[in-house]
Amino acid sequence: MRFPTHVAGLPLRLDREARRLWKDLAMSIAALLCVVIALIPLGSILVEATARGLQAIGPSFFSLDTAFGGIGNAIQGTLILVALSSLISLPVGILTGIYLSEFGKNPLGASIRFFVDVMTQVPSIVVGIFAYSVILELGQAGIVSTRLVFSAISGTLALSVIMIPFVARTAEEAMRLVSTSTREAGLALGIPRYRVILRIVLPSSASALVTGALLGVARVAGETAPLLMTAFGSGFGFSGLDHPVESLPHTIYTFALSPYTAQNQTAWGASLVLVVMMLLISVFSRLLLRSRYRVGGAAP
Amino acid sequence: MLSLRIVRRIARGLPRSLGDPLFKGLSAVVAIGVVALLGIITLVLAFAAEPSIRRFGPSFLAGGVWNPVPPEVFGAAPFVYGTLVTSALALLIGVPISLGIAIFLSELAPAWLRIPLTYIVELLAAVPSVVYGLWGIFVLAPTMRSVIEPAVQATLGFLPIFQGTPIGSDKFAAGVILAVMVVPTISAVSREALLAVPANQREAALSLGATRWETTRLAVLRYARAGIFGAIILGLGRAVGETMAVTMMIGNRNAISVSLFDQGQTIASWIANNFTEAGPLELSALIELGLVLMLMSLLINVFARLMVRRVLRRGEGAA
Repeated sequence: MRFPTHVAGLPLRLDREARRLWKDLAMSIAALLCVVIALIPLGSILVEATARGLQAIGPSFFSLDTAFGGIGNAIQGTLILVALSSLISLPVGILTGIYLSEFGKNPLGASIRFFVDVMTQVPSIVVGIFAYSVILELGQAGIVSTRLVFSAISGTLALSVIMIPFVARTAEEAMRLVSTSTREAGLALGIPRYRVILRIVLPSSASALVTGALLGVARVAGETAPLLMTAFGSGFGFSGLDHPVESLPHTIYTFALSPYTAQNQTAWGASLVLVVMMLLISVFSRLLLRSRYRVGGAAP
Repeated sequence: MLSLRIVRRIARGLPRSLGDPLFKGLSAVVAIGVVALLGIITLVLAFAAEPSIRRFGPSFLAGGVWNPVPPEVFGAAPFVYGTLVTSALALLIGVPISLGIAIFLSELAPAWLRIPLTYIVELLAAVPSVVYGLWGIFVLAPTMRSVIEPAVQATLGFLPIFQGTPIGSDKFAAGVILAVMVVPTISAVSREALLAVPANQREAALSLGATRWETTRLAVLRYARAGIFGAIILGLGRAVGETMAVTMMIGNRNAISVSLFDQGQTIASWIANNFTEAGPLELSALIELGLVLMLMSLLINVFARLMVRRVLRRGEGAA
């Protein structure tokens, strides 16, 4: 019998050449292992949230308030907070994005871009403290009611501050995908610059803008820390913008720490809802972008 | 978009020559306003923290006692310590894994696998922090307590950082969950830095007969090292400010201790746990903690972004 000299194309020797080839293989496997290790938590979270969450989800899970074992008011509160934040953040963020992409090729634009980037990384709990302090100071100065400190309004303030820089950067990226020749075609027809931006650049980048908006929504819908000190939470449904409001992340947090198994279950159910929402947004926005690239041929 | 429509309508009524400067001015004012928020946040926090800053001065950072009973004394040392330890641990675990991912995705993976795999790794960043915390309490903590921590103790138990009884919700567990959360950040930015390395770097090494790993190590990693460093610092920024998952995993005990198997507290977790129940001076002290966190994160992020920007720009220029 002949002893094999190679395994999978690699020499079975111990000289320098062979060691280099084996090391190459070992490092490739190690890199692959890193990917596998990183995906274990993701897989585990999806499996556990599905398995434990589905046990909690019954016919009344989405209609009852958190005080009665459902998450109806949490979903309602999250939708309200996210909708209000989007109402503020999208116009402000997109205008900032317009400035960065259309007028920002100068030192001022570069520094604004830089600090908007830095803003996206400000810890969310710090933003919560900021919203709380602003409203408390305004309240003590008699400008607004101090009741607003723990309310849907202060929650919206906090989430907007988190969302605006995020939307600004994605809007800028979206508008940069529109080719210069498209802009020049409009300008050559004698259309003023601002109308070129509003009627040509914005519509052409619509799908990428929507993607950015969706990712912004996903970003703030999962925020918990700033809501602890602003929107606070409530066992019941929405009762006005000047009252505390429950949200899905807040439900998960309080019920995760609860000693009652039923509430732990509810936390898993709420997590399943939140994670599925995030995944849907993520996949949907990816598809949206891809369809744009195919049609427009504007792949980076 | 209602406001855009209003802008359009107003703009339509204006003489041609006015539209452009007005629109540019409006967008510039909004953009500057957004950036000014960064300064406003810092100022508001400093203003609200003033009673505590004036009372304790610099000793706030060194003080180890947090006592809301009069005479009130508040010190931040245990929380700063907890933040530094858990963040360092997160980097220690997260950085090698992230680099492996970045190398695999940019250098080694077959072309058809790169995009879907990159996307799946990014999904790690889409999971909300509080869901990581829930998973941490019910899945990771029991595993840490009964499997991982005893195994670590069996091999490295002679080290002072691995003394004591493993309980599963401690600084070690908080570091592990932070590692999971910094991986998408570090791997994505490092991957970008690797992709910015010009192809002729690789071709030169390969043409000399280098294996793929040798090419990666000598021609790619070395070229991209500043970008990778920036990516790691960005990850550090994420770890320092992370709140919910850490609050739910670290066990919440207000003390400095050497062993990673002891419970602890970070700046963020302490704020989250105490903010709504604090008296006036304590509240001001908690806001000062927030200010410390804000300044730490600003410093880290400005530094990291300068680093990353320089590298990516150089990559573009050379390509």
